[in-house]
Amino acid sequence: MSHDFRPVAVVATALTPAYASFAGPEAALVMTCVNELLETTGLRREEVEFTIAGSCDYLGGTPFSFVMNLEGVGAWPPVYESHVEMDGAWALFEAWLRLQCGDVDTALVVGSGRASAGRQREVFALQTDPYTMTPLGTDPVSLAGIQARALLDSGRATEADFAAAAARALPGASVEELLKADYWCDPLRAHDVAAPADGAAALILAAGDRVRELPGTPVWITGMDHRIESHHLGLRDLTSSPSAARAARGAGVHEGPVDVAELMVVHSPEEVVLRAALGLDEAVPVNPSGGPLAGNPVMATGLARVVEVARRIAAGDARRGLAHASSGPCLQQNLVAVLEGEH
Amino acid sequence: MARPCAVVGIGQTDYRRRLEVSLEGLVRWAALEALEDAGLTFADIDAVVIGKAPDLLEGVMMPELSLADALGAVGKPIHRVHTAGSVGAATAISGVTMVESGRYDRVLVVCYEKQSEGNATWALSGGKSGGQGAGGTFAPWIRSYIKRSGAPEHIGWQVAVKDRRNALRNPHAHLRIPDISVEKVKESPMLWEPLHFLESCPSSDGAAAVVLASEDLARRGPAKPAWVIAHAKRSEYASFPGRDPVRPRAGVDCAEALYRKAGITDPLRQIDCAELYVPFSWYEPMWLEGHLLTAPGEGWKLTDSGATELGGSFPVNPSGGVLSSNPIGASGLVRCLEAARQVRGTAGEHQVEGARVALGHAYGGAAQYFAMWLVGSELRPAFA
Repeated sequence: MSHDFRPVAVVATALTPAYASFAGPEAALVMTCVNELLETTGLRREEVEFTIAGSCDYLGGTPFSFVMNLEGVGAWPPVYESHVEMDGAWALFEAWLRLQCGDVDTALVVGSGRASAGRQREVFALQTDPYTMTPLGTDPVSLAGIQARALLDSGRATEADFAAAAARALPGASVEELLKADYWCDPLRAHDVAAPADGAAALILAAGDRVRELPGTPVWITGMDHRIESHHLGLRDLTSSPSAARAARGAGVHEGPVDVAELMVVHSPEEVVLRAALGLDEAVPVNPSGGPLAGNPVMATGLARVVEVARRIAAGDARRGLAHASSGPCLQQNLVAVLEGEH
Repeated sequence: MARPCAVVGIGQTDYRRRLEVSLEGLVRWAALEALEDAGLTFADIDAVVIGKAPDLLEGVMMPELSLADALGAVGKPIHRVHTAGSVGAATAISGVTMVESGRYDRVLVVCYEKQSEGNATWALSGGKSGGQGAGGTFAPWIRSYIKRSGAPEHIGWQVAVKDRRNALRNPHAHLRIPDISVEKVKESPMLWEPLHFLESCPSSDGAAAVVLASEDLARRGPAKPAWVIAHAKRSEYASFPGRDPVRPRAGVDCAEALYRKAGITDPLRQIDCAELYVPFSWYEPMWLEGHLLTAPGEGWKLTDSGATELGGSFPVNPSGGVLSSNPIGASGLVRCLEAARQVRGTAGEHQVEGARVALGHAYGGAAQYFAMWLVGSELRPAFA
């Protein structure tokens, strides 16, 4: 599977705020990002050769809700376009592969969600096996609680470790203060769980001569991989993440130093698991943006990690960074991207 | 540059109500058959791509998670596509991209729907009870087509009969109506003027799978490859004043892009047969025109002439098509794999004699999403 990749760069990024409840359609969130990207790059809509979006019908309980997002993406004249029912980070993965093929030089990647339209803790319970688990009401927060308990029982983490991850997302918070809060989903406290939010993230990828022709500082995607593990929690060691470790190897994380990492930590204990799986020691700053615990625009949260890393590299604050996205209960599926600035 | 890609394995379930198998059982059935056809096992697969229509059809959110074990995806990448009705063909194209990129050598593509676990018409009506369903969306455009083209009313009945007769040759087909006739079609209940019950697709359960491989691996066999000559996708807005939903520009652009990439200049002559996504009878002439196989207003004449029958000059849906089996999220992949079966010469009783180049097609949403691939018995056929 190893071969020389065609260099592909992130040339522009856009991110809406993470709204607790956005008073408008998801398409408007998308459109805000797309318009910003077109303005930044000077590209006309029809010059973008490939478009791919990630979103989820179930957030609003409306089948085909991604069809309405086309209004924000822009689809006239007709566009070469696709959609994944996954976080926008997986849309990025397909776009990155599409640009490897050589006949397409620009791509628009979007992730969007409007979580306020439903009760997401109940909605996401439908991710589990429909015959054996969904009827039990196994929702992601409860399952994250089981993962947290496994970490505590194994001695790999303490509640203070969870609070330390959460504290980074809450300006002025101290671990000591956070630990005084009541349990919400024992052993998780409310601050350990990212609140689902509304928002969108988007970026423009370029390859070949297009990279130099477009304004801005290119940030190169030097590796990307994603892996899944068993859906059956009883077959997994919840204190580790072999799929994240494997994705990191596939993305070439260990081929150089990592200056910054943005991880899709939706429940604070996941940071402990991911740091170990990705080989990030204490020196690597994780989620300087505050991470998903500070803003969790569902279905855009993973792509937003890529945007955050790309922005830090473009600004010269980091040379090489790691962006991570996850899907499924207890980090079942993990994606890792490595981004680098100019050498 | 993009590497060539071929279909090296094909699998599909029977299409009917499949109450005796779980979702896992259904997808694994198709996947194992495709692997067996390719002479491979799950261990040989680098990545899995899964596609289906809205998750609300079965009530299982992001089913790639709960199906990962059944599809042998543990430890591998699994990618999930959703582009409405076109998803089956779009998923195949995502799989092709993965091989063409050079990143993966063998990709398993699986699509499915299990309509018996939910209520598709409810979901297709935007999650509202008492909605118009897909037929209610398309019927006004069909009426508009009839008015615009001057097509006689028997064309729809004729397509319905032809596809159901073809289905009698396909053991996987859902609807098997041995005494199907024009009389029977036009006497069946009117659902959405001008569409009768027997001019509409059924609600099917089913799964379909293909194994895609790089050129090197495809040439090693054991099965004869179907080469992906070209693929194309186009999408446009669902609705705006001035949009032509009868002959959507995205469908025209998609066909143009496909033929241009393949080097095709006279598609009706240079392509031997097609599996078009025809969920309602009238969409056969509409897509013949909308995808540049005939001039505007000429599609129904081709159908009327018998050219689209098995044995005709341009057979359309020799498998029986969507009109005979509609596992929604899989239906586009079924079109694509049936096209591949034709050029491999493995289509059994519905084989088109001497098929070398075949078109697989799907559309979705408000006739706004299009995905197509052209497969051939040779990678770069010379088109005269």
